[in-house]
Amino acid sequence: MSVLNKIWTALRGGVREMGDAIVDSNGIRIFEQEIIDAKNSIQQAKTNLTEVMARKMQAERKVSKLVEDIRTHEGYASKALDQSDEALALEVAGKIATFEGEKREQDAIVARLTGQVEQLKAHIKKAEKLIADHERELSIVRTTESVQKATEQVVENVAANNSTLNTARESLERIKARQELKQDQLEAGELLDKEFAGNDLDSKLEEAGIKGETASAADILARIKAGKQ
Amino acid sequence: MTQIQELTIQLGQVNYEGHTFNCLPIQGEQEVLQVIVSELDAMPIFVTITDTQILCITYLCKQSEIQPQRMADLNKTMLELNVAMPLSSFAIVEDYYVVFGAMATSSSFNDTCKELITLASNAYDALEALEEYLI
Repeated sequence: MSVLNKIWTALRGGVREMGDAIVDSNGIRIFEQEIIDAKNSIQQAKTNLTEVMARKMQAERKVSKLVEDIRTHEGYASKALDQSDEALALEVAGKIATFEGEKREQDAIVARLTGQVEQLKAHIKKAEKLIADHERELSIVRTTESVQKATEQVVENVAANNSTLNTARESLERIKARQELKQDQLEAGELLDKEFAGNDLDSKLEEAGIKGETASAADILARIKAGKQ
Repeated sequence: MTQIQELTIQLGQVNYEGHTFNCLPIQGEQEVLQVIVSELDAMPIFVTITDTQILCITYLCKQSEIQPQRMADLNKTMLELNVAMPLSSFAIVEDYYVVFGAMATSSSFNDTCKELITLASNAYDALEALEEYLI
């Protein structure tokens, strides 16, 4: 059963303490050991693979050598027949028969080794997939564990600081208070703006023409001109 | 220096899209960093980094805070909302409803900032949506 399935089953069974139930350190150790074993077996398979492939190449070389020998000796036999030396031809043919026997043996060896190469390659592939699966599952276990630990620490930490994790109501109230504060600030700002800009005594006086702006350039110029006259 | 320690230093100095990050490491066996995003500070985010993921979690509320008879409805609604919610998902950890974001450990610092701000915003929205289900 996959780890995710185990966790799923445990949750459905109402298990809360997953730390003890599934993701116990023993379980993790077994997983880690399986990963190490799989890695070792890949290493072993690779060593075997090189050996088997070397032996296969050797056998194949023998086969081609035998094929060559057979061809050469067929030539000899043919020449002996040309010289009507039946006895010699027969002797050569006997030699060819030996070569062919040896070739059959070597062919069988090549076939067997080819099978072994395929097997080892399949084994390596399988082990690599197992490692990838296990590492992914291990990461699920570790993450579950980390999140649980993190949560426990967070809860402990706020408890140590004489508070609890906010309830949703408290958080909502805080958000609302924050929003109200913002709104109040906004309104206060507007009020202040108004006070500075319009509704104070100065602006009322100005509006009434009682207290105007300080003298404009035109007024000053007019005054100077009046002084000159 | 651990990845969390690096993150703490970087977050302390950055101003990302007008937000700053207030970081507080939480002591314990598991490295956890509490991050409070400015302007979105009602619920802190807790960051944990595992072998494969950066996990950012916000605890919304305890399951016991939800009206029992409406819990199934809430769970279904959360599942339905999950895909649409940007960068975050709903989940239950121990007794808590949480909103969380998971990132690859190879994520950039900018991605992390974006995640944190989005998560904080999502948590606000989620909490407001949750209000009607509260006891």
